Amino acid sequence: MTGSPYVPHSAEETAAMLEAVGVDDVTELFDVPDPVRFEGDLDIDARSEPEIRTEIDALLSRNDDLTEFLGRGHYDHYVPSVVDRISARSEFLTSYTQYQPEVAQGFLQALFEYQSMLVELTGLPVANASMYDAATALGEAALFASRVRETSGSTVLVPEYVRDERVSVLENYGAGADITVERVPSAKGTVDTSALMGAANEDTLAVYAENPTTRGTIEPDLDAIGDVAHDNDALFVLGSDPVALSLLERPSDVGADVVVGDASVLGMPTSYGMGLGMFATREDFLRQVPGRLVGASEDDAGFRAFTLTLQTREQHIRRERATSNICTNQAWVALRTAMHVAALGPEGLLETANRMVSLASDVAERLDEIIGVRAPVDDRHHFREFVAHTDQPARAIVDDLAAQGFAIHAVGEHEVQVCVTETNEGSIDDFIAAFREVAQ
Amino acid sequence: MTIHYDQARWSDAEDDIYEPLLPEKSQQTVAVEDSPLPDDLTRDSVTLPDLSEPELSRHYVRLSQHTYGVESGPYPLGSCTMKYNPPFAEEVASVDDAFVHPDRSAASTQGTLALLYRLQEYLAEIGGMDAVTLQPPAGAAGEFTGIRIAAAYHEANGDHERTEVVVPDTAHGTNPASAAVAGYDVVEIPSEDGRVDLDALEAAVGDTTAAFMLTNPNTLGVFERDIEAIAEIVHDAGAPLYYDGANLNALLGRVRPGDMGFDIMHYNVHKTFGTPHGGGGPGAGPVGVVSDLVEFLPDPHVRQSDGGFELYTPERSIGKVHGFSGNWLVLIKAYAYIARLGEEGLLDTSAKAVLNANYLASQLDLDVPYEPFHHEFVASADDLDASDLAKRMLDLGVHPPTTKWPDIVDEALMTEPTESESKRTLDQLADAFNTAADEDEEILESAPNRTTARRIDQTSAARNPRLSWQALDD
Repeated sequence: MTGSPYVPHSAEETAAMLEAVGVDDVTELFDVPDPVRFEGDLDIDARSEPEIRTEIDALLSRNDDLTEFLGRGHYDHYVPSVVDRISARSEFLTSYTQYQPEVAQGFLQALFEYQSMLVELTGLPVANASMYDAATALGEAALFASRVRETSGSTVLVPEYVRDERVSVLENYGAGADITVERVPSAKGTVDTSALMGAANEDTLAVYAENPTTRGTIEPDLDAIGDVAHDNDALFVLGSDPVALSLLERPSDVGADVVVGDASVLGMPTSYGMGLGMFATREDFLRQVPGRLVGASEDDAGFRAFTLTLQTREQHIRRERATSNICTNQAWVALRTAMHVAALGPEGLLETANRMVSLASDVAERLDEIIGVRAPVDDRHHFREFVAHTDQPARAIVDDLAAQGFAIHAVGEHEVQVCVTETNEGSIDDFIAAFREVAQ
Repeated sequence: MTIHYDQARWSDAEDDIYEPLLPEKSQQTVAVEDSPLPDDLTRDSVTLPDLSEPELSRHYVRLSQHTYGVESGPYPLGSCTMKYNPPFAEEVASVDDAFVHPDRSAASTQGTLALLYRLQEYLAEIGGMDAVTLQPPAGAAGEFTGIRIAAAYHEANGDHERTEVVVPDTAHGTNPASAAVAGYDVVEIPSEDGRVDLDALEAAVGDTTAAFMLTNPNTLGVFERDIEAIAEIVHDAGAPLYYDGANLNALLGRVRPGDMGFDIMHYNVHKTFGTPHGGGGPGAGPVGVVSDLVEFLPDPHVRQSDGGFELYTPERSIGKVHGFSGNWLVLIKAYAYIARLGEEGLLDTSAKAVLNANYLASQLDLDVPYEPFHHEFVASADDLDASDLAKRMLDLGVHPPTTKWPDIVDEALMTEPTESESKRTLDQLADAFNTAADEDEEILESAPNRTTARRIDQTSAARNPRLSWQALDD
């Protein structure tokens, strides 16, 4: 190969173009001083398509073929084939941000539909067109809180159960605005509201909780958490996901001011953590919302049309005074999520959610029957996942299960976490059998 | 003039006929009852679209036909690098072994780690950097990561007074926004003849400077040929020099940011390495650093271990900038793309990207005030409104350039054809530019007329925001 396979120029065309611009060689067009010119060789060999396919297949086949019972913020739901097929249409895949709405009506409408679905699921009237993932959406929510909260305050209270990784991202986002994060003890895997009450004060900027939690528990009293936040003039930020939201209490009904979370639980298979940050909030905070918003308008002929709107909040116009630095977001993932929600419809989505409650409780019950295992550890209702106590060290259980072809989390010295959805449901019997073998 | 690019249009006159996902056409409310959960933990009902799969399929195919992509026609959006995205990269990112959970052990995901490691190595080689993190999920996230690394570096040196990030007036909006999100005051310096004004830079940097952010070539497509002097001024002030990788396509295999004196950089793999933009994401914004900054990289980082690969936390890591490990599927595509091109392909890319920009500009009747430029140029629509001209180009079947930015050029048309356009396409694009520029203002102002929607009222969209179908019902 003598060049890029994606460069269409014939030798004659190149010659004609060089002549048109008045140079003999293309290197004359590079206005680069000699000392910074790269004269070396890049150590990168070109390969053919089949060679690269073979190479990547071989590389990735080094991943062990394990049946995953993993969750903790990244979930595997079955994605209908129609989503893969239609979202891969090149018009969707290869378009850019919709700066010329007249030729981007399709994508804009799809994003408008995505926003609408989140509005329905959260009960909050404003949803943006995506953030990167749940963790960065939480970081944005903290910065957002510092803009909209009426009095000063700089502490975000998070329950003990929140993943360290999520807290680390939150701390990175908060660092520049002098926001600090404080962990509040949990009880039974959910927020300990009296501990929360003790921790909250006039310095509290936002109170964060998750429903379901990272441990799979369902918060029994979200209203009380919201009240603590509001009694201290702080925002109540709730983390969730679209499957759970179809069944669990509506965030708007329990006083949530912001809903964040990962919406890619619909639309994407487990993709090593690649996500879709959800962000929804109240109407009075509209002008402080981070990220892109698609709005309905009209065209010159009087027909309904869609466009990016309120762009004066965004970095390309407001620069350092923007509500966020986000530019490229997760638009195509949002499109897939909207497709997946629409493919399930309200009945399918609700059925999936109910199934997540039943599966978690059934599997916990079956594990609990094994000698040396107690499940679930938390005396709560669960969604998709639960924590189990093991008499054997958790690490040994995890390793021994891996040897038998199953992946679960170790979350403590003697605690493991197990997540069940419709994609690993068929392996439950084998999983229980393997667990029985390694737990004793 | 022959124009080959046009969108499929379906319903010019009656555009409300076919919109099945809008609620009045298709919604269904389902009561939440018979749940395994008690009532006090559940909502009452949920209302969502309810369509059969054939209806759904048609709906989205129709929406795709109302969307202009790179395979619909040329897309010369300046600074966005809308080049061709090979389908094969999409295919290799869809193999079953790619779909793993991020909490899997390193031992059981050696394939994923091996690919990430190889991509880190490729990017380091291309950028002239010592190490690369793949965690940031987009270019702006890369900028934010880079600035957090600079902050950690200063902190480690006990250097607490560095409160400012300096950017040129030609910087992308994400640069000042990322610096501000990271807590810095932004100091903007003016350009001189389209390049960094060295005196202004010297005056702006000092003991309070945390970093200087620059792209090279800059957003005018102009190469900052004083880059060695710029690096010296910034380094003398004790600050790292940050490279915004948005324009890296122009330099592939010819100039490396590390060799120009940059200490931190981000790569926009969705621009330079041909991964699709997806209507605005997902992208990926890997960050490269020189050796002094490796210990500050985000957690975790991939390195080689005995006979394999492992994840580790760099000694003074800034922590995490993404909940898990970034946009993995995009990274596979970037790897496939780079592997397909190899060194010669990368060199050919920068050659043809620069040739195409120069050729297209030479065919235009419009003024291009700043030269010489590399892979993109900013033409001026002069006494015409750049937005109107762009709307007319839509009628002529092509996507217009980025308009009205950077604002140091009057009625700017920021144009980047990329290497994947042929001479014939460039000639058609030039025709569209020139035809539109020659037309009466009336025609421009009433354009577009041949697109799915006519000119859209942005003002009322912002004044009366309707952001969901629930708001439409009001």
